[in-house]
Amino acid sequence: MTEKLVIVGNGMAPGRMLEHLLEKAPGHYEVTIFNAEPRVNYDRIMLSPVLSGEKEYEEIIIHGDGWYIKHGITLYKGHRIVAIDRDKRTVTSDHGVTTSYDKLVIATGSVPFILPVPGHDMRGVITYRDLDDVQAMLLAAQSREKAVVIGGGLLGLEAAAGLAGRGMDVTVLHVMPTLMDRQLDPAAGYLLQKELEGRGIKIICKANTKAIIGDGKVEGIELDDGRVIPATLVVMAVGIRPSVGLAKEAGLAVNRGIVVDQGMQTSDGHIWALGECAEVDGMVYGLVAPLYEMARVAASHLAGDRSATFVHSDTPTKLKVTGIELFSLGDFADGDDREEIVLRDASAGVYKRVVLKGNRIIGTVLYGETADGAWFNDLKKKETDVSEMRQTLIFGQAFQGGAPLDPMAAVAALPDDAEICGCNGVCKGKIVSAIADKGLTSLDDVRAHTKASASCGSCTGLVEQLMTLTLGEDYSPAAVQPMCGCTDLGHDDVRRLIKAKGLKTIPAVMQELEWKTSCGCAKCRPALNYYLVCDFPDEYADDYQSRFINERVHANIQKDGTYSVVPRMWGGVTNSGELRAIADVVDKFDIPLVKVTGGQRIDLLGIEKEDLPAVWADLGKAGFISGQAYAKGLRTVKTCVGSDWCRFGTQDSTGLGIRIEKFMWGSWTPAKLKMAVSGCPRNCAEATCKDIGVICVDSGFEIHFAGAAGLDIKGTEVLGLVKTEDEALEHIVALTQMYREQARYLERIYKWAKRVGLDEIRRQIMDDTDKRKAYYDRFVFSQKFAQVDPWSERVSGKDKHEFRPMATVGFPQAAE
Amino acid sequence: MNMTWHPIGDISDIPLRGARCVKTPQGKIAVFRTAENEVFAIEDHCPHKGGPLSQGIVHAKAVTCPLHNWAISLETGKALGADEGAVRTVPVRIDGGALFIALESLLIAAE
Ligand code: SRM
Ligand SMILES: Cc1cc2nc3c(=O)[nH]c(=O)nc-3n(C[C@H](O)[C@H](O)[C@H](O)COP(=O)(O)OP(=O)(O)OC[C@H]3O[C@@H](n4cnc5c(N)ncnc54)[C@H](O)[C@@H]3O)c2cc1C
Ligand code: SF4
Ligand code: FES
Repeated sequence: MTEKLVIVGNGMAPGRMLEHLLEKAPGHYEVTIFNAEPRVNYDRIMLSPVLSGEKEYEEIIIHGDGWYIKHGITLYKGHRIVAIDRDKRTVTSDHGVTTSYDKLVIATGSVPFILPVPGHDMRGVITYRDLDDVQAMLLAAQSREKAVVIGGGLLGLEAAAGLAGRGMDVTVLHVMPTLMDRQLDPAAGYLLQKELEGRGIKIICKANTKAIIGDGKVEGIELDDGRVIPATLVVMAVGIRPSVGLAKEAGLAVNRGIVVDQGMQTSDGHIWALGECAEVDGMVYGLVAPLYEMARVAASHLAGDRSATFVHSDTPTKLKVTGIELFSLGDFADGDDREEIVLRDASAGVYKRVVLKGNRIIGTVLYGETADGAWFNDLKKKETDVSEMRQTLIFGQAFQGGAPLDPMAAVAALPDDAEICGCNGVCKGKIVSAIADKGLTSLDDVRAHTKASASCGSCTGLVEQLMTLTLGEDYSPAAVQPMCGCTDLGHDDVRRLIKAKGLKTIPAVMQELEWKTSCGCAKCRPALNYYLVCDFPDEYADDYQSRFINERVHANIQKDGTYSVVPRMWGGVTNSGELRAIADVVDKFDIPLVKVTGGQRIDLLGIEKEDLPAVWADLGKAGFISGQAYAKGLRTVKTCVGSDWCRFGTQDSTGLGIRIEKFMWGSWTPAKLKMAVSGCPRNCAEATCKDIGVICVDSGFEIHFAGAAGLDIKGTEVLGLVKTEDEALEHIVALTQMYREQARYLERIYKWAKRVGLDEIRRQIMDDTDKRKAYYDRFVFSQKFAQVDPWSERVSGKDKHEFRPMATVGFPQAAE
Repeated sequence: MNMTWHPIGDISDIPLRGARCVKTPQGKIAVFRTAENEVFAIEDHCPHKGGPLSQGIVHAKAVTCPLHNWAISLETGKALGADEGAVRTVPVRIDGGALFIALESLLIAAE
């Protein structure tokens, strides 16, 4: 017989409880949920990423509407329960719905505490608890005016960082002398403050709010010391109170929270409570890990297994502000019976402190570098005697037992029961076995099956390392890797958004995609510049200051600051006139080394930067143009002698190579692009280890691609066979354009192809004539703007400043 | 020690987010102009292996060395991040658009 289960509140705790319950006792209950918030169960923890723009609300939903339908659960959205009748066993909502229950679960969470100062109820004063608060903040942020956040704890700082990221001028007021004083010791609090101030957030500690001023609408805040801070938005994040009013009125035992036993049962045998509103063993909780434990226990009891008990454990705290690494765990107050080990690295902004009692870890604070958090947590949980490793303890796990200093090795060395995901209490062994047993290959799969990294996400890195350890080559965590420290977006997202939003300059990309730095870094700027050159060849003005020096001055920088010059030698073919011109240039400029490169041409090394334009001028007179030996662009097309000379040659491989090089030179590509054409399968031009290669055969041209012979060695894959030279050129050009449009910056063809899939590439280039022609046309269009010899441009004066010192000063004047 | 201010040109001689070199008896000095129009001068010699910092990519108040990607603070001359080392910073003055750097006059005075 089914029983009626009614749940008040649809937050993270009961959501998790239901998952367990549906697994343990499917069909046992007819479930009805009332939720004051007019929405489904979502990941409240992730509101901060929604505020900062790193996530959308849709991405943080835990149970969508379909889930409730699938499980036959009735969810009353926007219904607040206003009364519980324990005798009749009914609950009634503010919209007048009354439902009876056999068993009732109260999960009303917490309410934010509001400082009862004058003006606290004015328009513009909000708290930070649910999606409505986030939406209110986003709206206020559009003004880009001033905001004050009261409270320098976890929530307050996440709100402040989010608002600042949205362009508001934010001041944080904190009543204690240092930030996050409940989780961090003063030293770490100080580092955190410095970091946030560095991001333009103002912080005032020891600040007592006296009143919120304004005329119906917030205009500012007045402090005890008389200071007034102007603001149009005030966010109160000064703490939470378990939401117990309903339970109290119903006459349940209530202390700070709703009092429950270790099986989550309240003083009424038909009523359970869990989540932030529940008090067990005198403790109330505000982080999800213990709440999830409550959920597990409550589900067991509701399923009829009365043996489960709730056991307290410390939960590590992390701040979800991108770029700030902090970890705190347990008890780190000073005391006579305690010892501490501290490590500081001021230049790197790292601070680590481990507090010991009787040679066992009782508390840990890590700032700036938190990779060892899981390991310290493990030692603490197991109460490991650390006297053996005291000398090196603070340096972390990698230093123990002479293991190499490699994060992978550190993760590999963790015991199977080491906790990886604090929120969901998932240990390493569980993740590794789920990956292996269920054949999981993506982070999302692992999240779905184990819950690891599915809540606050701060263990994602660790989970990915475990995936790499377990899956090896098959897993590429790059799939979700941000481009660089300036953004959280990966290359693919950035490329997609550039197109979708029509962003045509680097500042526009940085503004619209909310770059975290004012003008990027040496990693993202060259990538963005390439993406824009590729997408808008006619409109985009190449930003030379975002190019690596070699591409900026069109020569290769050498270790001593001189440059090398590699002229194009089409298909590796030269003649006496060209060689003579090279010889003359070498003599005239006293060039120290002339070398034949691995790419069938000649390299002149050791040229002073100031001499470059003159060297190019002389080479240009002999008909040379830049060989772009420095470019993320077309490099060389190597050839063999082919049918003109070779007794085995089947086609004019030299001629085809030259034709390809002449057609494609000057094009920018995500990474360098090297090709070769061999006249027969003996393959003397080594075409089968190139980005794109051609093997000529009697019946035509076999096109190869995705080879590698540098850091990796990999034979090419066959794209397909075509009959004529014209077709060969069209296919090669189309393939190149597809690669140009899709690959991540610095990704060679073989890596891109592995991601996209060989079949997909074959389908688009070999089978889909329209697609191929469209790629081909786009390449041809962009060549109109790319095929300008950079050397002759500079010989005629472009970028003169690059090659000349600005001034020469301080040398003694020649005597008159 | 005495410092002497030397005119080196105009701020517009340096591209935004770029650098130019000044040759001095004490070696090359790299003069940078940031996106925010601030001007900094430091030795053109990376603390790592002597790379020419003037050839690097300029971002915020830092430059990334072209040889092995150390990032150097233009304000302090110190390597940022995990790397350790520093280059000498050189005082710069902007007067209208005109730029001056200060060099120790010792060398110059010795006739
Ligand atoms: C000059 C040359 C060596 C030589 O004396 O023969 C050379 C020189 C350099 N190679 Fe190379 N590579 C040269 C042929 C090759 C080849 C052989 C080839 O092209 O057939 C390869 C293997 C094929 C390949 O590209 O995979 C090769 C694989 C690399 C790699 C590894 C690339 C990879 O993704 O695996 C690098 C490092 C990189 O690009 O990050 C590299 C990087 C370099 C750099 C650019 C190092 C640097 O960043 O400063 C060297 C610049 C020297 C200069 O200033 O001229 N060089 N390099 C060759 C110039 C060919 C040309 O005419 O343009
Ligand atoms: C911005 C933010 C960031 C956070 N970051 C982290 C973090 O990084 N790590 C971490 O562990 N924790 C974090 N937390 C805390 C975590 O979100 C909470 O501990 C957790 O969501 C509490 O779950 P709960 O189910 O007890 O209550 P809640 O999720 O608050 O759910 C309670 C629900 O009950 C409803 N309700 C209340 N009264 C009634 C009623 N009478 N009738 C019907 N419905 C009612 C409410 O509308 C609410 O929807 C964060 C919280 C916030 C707000
Ligand atoms: S192999 Fe290439 S990168 Fe390595 S030293 Fe030789 S030229 Fe330089
Ligand atoms: S010389 Fe500058 S980073 Fe190596």
